[in-house]
Amino acid sequence: MENMNGGRALMKALEKEGVKEVFGLPGGANLPMYDELFKSNIRHILARHEQSAAHMADGFGRVSRKPGVCFATSGPGATNLLTGIATAQADSAPMIAVTGQVPVKMIGKDAFQESDIIGMANPCVKYSFQPRDASEIPEVVRKGFYIAATGRPGPVLIDIPKDVQQNEASMTFPEEVKIRGYHPWTDPDIVQIEKAIDMLLAADKPIILAGGGVTISSAFAELQSISELLMIPVVTTFKGKGSFPENHPLSLGPIGMHGHAEANKLMTEADCVLAIGTRFSDRSVGTFEEFEKRLKIIHMDVDPAEIGKNQTTNIAVVGDVQATLRIMVKLLMHKSIKKTEGTTWLKHVKEVKEYWRENLKLPKGEMTAAKILRKLREVLPKESITTTEVGQHQMWASLFFDVIHPGTFFSSTGLGTMGWGFPAAIGAKVAKPDVPVVDIAGDGSFSMTENSLATSVLENIPVIVFLVNNFSLGMVAQWQRTFYDRRMIGVDLKNCPDFVKLAESYGAQGIRAQSLDELEKAIKVGLKSDVTTVIDIPIDPEEDVLPFVAPGTPLKDMILPS
Amino acid sequence: MWAIISILVENKPGILFKVTHLFRSRNFNIESISVGVTADPEFSRMTITTIGDEKQIQQIVKQLDKMIDTVEVQRLDEHKTVYRELILFKIKINKASDSMEINKLANAYGAKIHDVKKDSIMVELTATPDQINTFEELAKPYGIIETARTGVAALQRTGA
Repeated sequence: MENMNGGRALMKALEKEGVKEVFGLPGGANLPMYDELFKSNIRHILARHEQSAAHMADGFGRVSRKPGVCFATSGPGATNLLTGIATAQADSAPMIAVTGQVPVKMIGKDAFQESDIIGMANPCVKYSFQPRDASEIPEVVRKGFYIAATGRPGPVLIDIPKDVQQNEASMTFPEEVKIRGYHPWTDPDIVQIEKAIDMLLAADKPIILAGGGVTISSAFAELQSISELLMIPVVTTFKGKGSFPENHPLSLGPIGMHGHAEANKLMTEADCVLAIGTRFSDRSVGTFEEFEKRLKIIHMDVDPAEIGKNQTTNIAVVGDVQATLRIMVKLLMHKSIKKTEGTTWLKHVKEVKEYWRENLKLPKGEMTAAKILRKLREVLPKESITTTEVGQHQMWASLFFDVIHPGTFFSSTGLGTMGWGFPAAIGAKVAKPDVPVVDIAGDGSFSMTENSLATSVLENIPVIVFLVNNFSLGMVAQWQRTFYDRRMIGVDLKNCPDFVKLAESYGAQGIRAQSLDELEKAIKVGLKSDVTTVIDIPIDPEEDVLPFVAPGTPLKDMILPS
Repeated sequence: MWAIISILVENKPGILFKVTHLFRSRNFNIESISVGVTADPEFSRMTITTIGDEKQIQQIVKQLDKMIDTVEVQRLDEHKTVYRELILFKIKINKASDSMEINKLANAYGAKIHDVKKDSIMVELTATPDQINTFEELAKPYGIIETARTGVAALQRTGA
């Protein structure tokens, strides 16, 4: 037991968790903890908006698979974090958000910069704490990290009143904590796995649907083994993009609203799906009823509440998907079951894939989405990490940027938060400083958190912003063109700002690329640069993302380019 | 479909808020709720009655179970459970014979009479929600001035 103040206890507890960096912004109600941060060995990375601090922690967490930590003050600092916390919750990303709060005696008095952040954040955190006594802090931090990182990961909020940060107490730092109502892992049921194998072997047209859970659980090798052992083609959700190498012969790419034509087509033809770590989101499966009719569904997920939430299943296996798939691989090896190549289904899969890879009509011109993203893929080392913003560029990335190295592609897929990609890329670079990190961005999204350029320049965290610039809120514009008879409103961003000058004003590098040659050169310059590079790539504002499954319609009704 | 869900929670501030918030954010409905500390003061028991189809009720139970502050979540089979609600009625007395009739009705339902006044009478009834609803129908003709109802408390029968 040691005597120290709450702020010091917080830093010590974070250090014990292995935290080396926190992303944040100081303010009145978290000054005492910042004073202790000053004295600690933890690096502070100053964000220019709390939302960006949360996204940085989120990007760090997804890449390192350890909770990223962000700090904010009370009131507006805390409410600014909310979008970032909700984004992490929607995508099951591990995060610890630490907010300052007004002193205990002032809570409920509408004090200056007071907000009931515990109440506000309740539906978008995995758990939250508000220690009322400094001595609670070490245990709260240990529990927070345990909850954030285990089972289905998620954000944990720790709201610490200012006096609790200041007060001295005798501290005990627990190594292990027990939480009565929290059982993050269930051992996968072998009988259910055996049933799943039998169902897959009996199917004529089996398919694997890999979701974000495969990436979170790092079950890449196991997924690939199962696909290869049984010769089953793999589609992914958008969040599961890159959980299976997209250059693999059995890879069909993402399904969904803007899925690959071949993936959507074959998904609708399959008779049995092995769904791994996915929640059957509306954006992935279109209308649920349609999905249910034809398919036998095997669902594996760590979260028992996901079983039957959106989709009725025939066989459910609850447990960490890596553990589940490992058992499945063992059972398959033991039974030495190996499906031979050349079934009618596999031949058909190959034909459909080849057909769409050759015959999907793409717009003409040099600087089209497909051409610039394929150029990026060609130049970028395959171990590079890519993040995206939200909008057309994101869906083009899904269609035209193949992820070769599993677990290197991250996006705000659940909440769909514009402005996520750039700060998340900064967080990702902090987690993995040795690999190139690229934010595939759009002009609308990038504008939302572009001031993170200051963080990347001043903190020396160089990334590349691959800015697909169509001078508009392109996805909204596409919906207005498609569903609202071209009544365009609120979507024209009019080439403002000049992103090259904007980058330069922050001390970053700005390059405009108006041909594929210029683009290739710019990416190469960015890869060698020790400062963040914004590559502004003007494209035609009228280009649509196709194929397109209209909301509320089944995958088979996808709109194809004409 | 009507369901009784019994939830053992940590007896800490803010948990009632989290449970009710879950119902709101997941688009479920609470028909009645009752909360009280258990014999072990570390826990409280919440009893929630809700209406939904089978799939929804299964989801409610799973989502409640997923909450970190819930220690045990049980969906109770009403045929194997003792469940009761308490209601206080203030009923109008319009004429002398009303008082006698209400007394008789109360007796038949095992209800207690409190606070007998010239113009009104207060009745306390502990019964199942259905019995309470029937009693309310029978008392309506006299004129119900106001009521206060607790929500269901329920425990499964031993060995059931």
